[in-house]
Amino acid sequence: MTRKTLTALLLGSSMLASAGAASAQDKTLTIESWRNDDLSIWQEKLIPAFEAKNPGIKVVFSPSAPTEYNAALNAKLDAGSAGDLITCRPFDASLELYNKGHLADLTALPGMENFSSVAKSAWQTDDGAATFCVPMASVIHGFIYNADAFAQLGIAVPATEDEFFAALDKIKADGTYIPLAMGTKDLWEAATMGYQNIGPNYWKGEEGRLALIKGTQKLTDADWVAPYTTLARWKDYLGDGFEAQSYPDSQNLFTLGRAAIYPAGSWEISGFNAQAQFKMGAFPPPVKAAGDTCYISDHTDIAIGMNAKSPNADAAKTFLSWVASPEFATIYANALPGFFSLSSTPVQMEDPLAQEFVSWRGKCQSTIRSTYQILSRGTPNLENETWVKSANVINGTETPDAASAELQKGLDSWYKPAQ
Amino acid sequence: MSNATVIRRPVRWHILVFLAPAVLVYTAVMIIPLFGTLQLSLFRAVDRVPTFVGFDNFRTLFGDPRWSVSFWNALWNNTWFFIIHMLVQNPIGIMIAALLSSSRLRFRAFYRTAIFVPTILSFVIVGFIWKLMLSPLWGVAPNMLDFVGLKFLFAPWLGKEEYALTALSLISVWQFVGIPMMLIYAAMLSIPDEVIEAAEMDGITGMAQFWKIKLPLILPSIGIISILTFVGNFNAFDLIYAAQGALAGPNFSTDILGTFLYRTFFGFQLQLGDPNMGATIASMMFVIILAGVCVYLFAIQTRLRRYQF
Repeated sequence: MTRKTLTALLLGSSMLASAGAASAQDKTLTIESWRNDDLSIWQEKLIPAFEAKNPGIKVVFSPSAPTEYNAALNAKLDAGSAGDLITCRPFDASLELYNKGHLADLTALPGMENFSSVAKSAWQTDDGAATFCVPMASVIHGFIYNADAFAQLGIAVPATEDEFFAALDKIKADGTYIPLAMGTKDLWEAATMGYQNIGPNYWKGEEGRLALIKGTQKLTDADWVAPYTTLARWKDYLGDGFEAQSYPDSQNLFTLGRAAIYPAGSWEISGFNAQAQFKMGAFPPPVKAAGDTCYISDHTDIAIGMNAKSPNADAAKTFLSWVASPEFATIYANALPGFFSLSSTPVQMEDPLAQEFVSWRGKCQSTIRSTYQILSRGTPNLENETWVKSANVINGTETPDAASAELQKGLDSWYKPAQ
Repeated sequence: MSNATVIRRPVRWHILVFLAPAVLVYTAVMIIPLFGTLQLSLFRAVDRVPTFVGFDNFRTLFGDPRWSVSFWNALWNNTWFFIIHMLVQNPIGIMIAALLSSSRLRFRAFYRTAIFVPTILSFVIVGFIWKLMLSPLWGVAPNMLDFVGLKFLFAPWLGKEEYALTALSLISVWQFVGIPMMLIYAAMLSIPDEVIEAAEMDGITGMAQFWKIKLPLILPSIGIISILTFVGNFNAFDLIYAAQGALAGPNFSTDILGTFLYRTFFGFQLQLGDPNMGATIASMMFVIILAGVCVYLFAIQTRLRRYQF
């Protein structure tokens, strides 16, 4: 990660230098982003495609490290040194920027009509009156497995929870592979790849999520505690010393072929395709009993907006309209398999793993991560607390009931749902 | 008369001129921000308008059960961080300095440099290297313990609530043991040979010489080192952030005042930054450090005996 940041910085600075040398009449747009993994895709595919159609506008992609992005962006915006285009985190982080006047209102932007209201919901004011970012992509949670390992051990792809744990038992008994590649050191893996991955099946997706916001359900209800109870069972199937296993460790463990199942987000697909030497498959979070409706987390994750104080507003709007076009959606979804376009126009994708993930949209109900909308507005922050508690539950240092009770207590301390 | 004064005491502009750069730079980058922080802690954003609220932010920090639990947790962790440094880093530093100052030791310069080098490394590098060494998957620590048949002693230290903070403190000790070593070493070199020779004439050699002659002479340096350690530890942030992230996991067990301040001031992930509460924590850190330094200046330093040769 440090090396990546360094590479990104070096590349970024060399690009800035070359952009400075470009002809003085050209307008240069700078994109702020946390996706430093995507640097080459922007440089090699997206930006050339845009610049070919729009002579006179140069675009520079200038990412920072994901964990530092929010803090760095806020500081830059306050100081007036931020780029013209801002990659938007979903919900409150971006809403706050809009309310502070840092993000421009894009409701009337040509191309916005290509998105459904659900797609735009993460970047709208609460009443839906103003949209301030162009939706780019969502990510889907599920499990990626080592297909060779499954074939070797004679395991069928699990559809129900019992089959899932039976498969884990079988892998563990065989001993060649670590059953599950996940660690709790970085905390968010436990919450995002664990709790938010399997949770929707228990709280019935949107139904539970909206009920939580309305206040008719509580985190201490059985449907919200159950995912923790299941997560606590994962402990026995994780690798040795998983408490100190970080996110890159988990990725490497799986791509090196030492682990059989990886609780995943679809954003891993391109990285895994490049790293892994074996055949991979994916399955959605297993349901309780065969035939149950399945729910998946199809999380609106990334969008792009405009710095309200940008001196190149016209050029920035041209760029954003292009981002809203089907052309961008096709290039983006294929260059980055696993980031699924939110555009209403269907996008043809090549990657089989990405096709598998996106096919779940057809058979399962989609929802977004439960903690993102409204519920993480106060202090203590529900999302951040969920990270800590999920890790605690998997580490076995806190019971599912105690963790849920703490979370609800924290939420109650500031959140008063409109009855 | 006035004529005579002018002749005897011309305005000494050069003093002002020479002081000016340091005073200006220090004021601009230290004093103004310090007062800015103190001021920020007395305000709160009400409907996006900064409003003066007196000591309300401090009342929240200590009165609200959630804030106060986080604050006391961070303060206690920070104190533990400091205790480990005082009990491990400084005695080891003094011991190494005593060994280095012994005239019979060979390769002195090499040892001195080798022990001092980690001090100039970046926290990020130190955090990363140690995370890798202690990693249960690819680290050398489990293999080396296995080699000597002590594998059962290995635990994923950085991931266990009960060990993580101590492990990080020891990493920090490893990095900074060179500082007390250098200061004490310099102090020991400045002890005149006559004193040592006189002691030897009186039959005080070896360990007794260290305890009875050298240690009392280096006590003022030890005092300085203690206060530097105190200030450094209560301002610490980088290593924890580099090794454990801003949430200082597991379960906030490695959260110190610096990481708590960072999380509050700049926000983290979905948590938005709260500059006012952040400044409140920063002010508390300032007060704690100021109190510690005052205790040292007035209660300890004035009682230290200094020897003039």
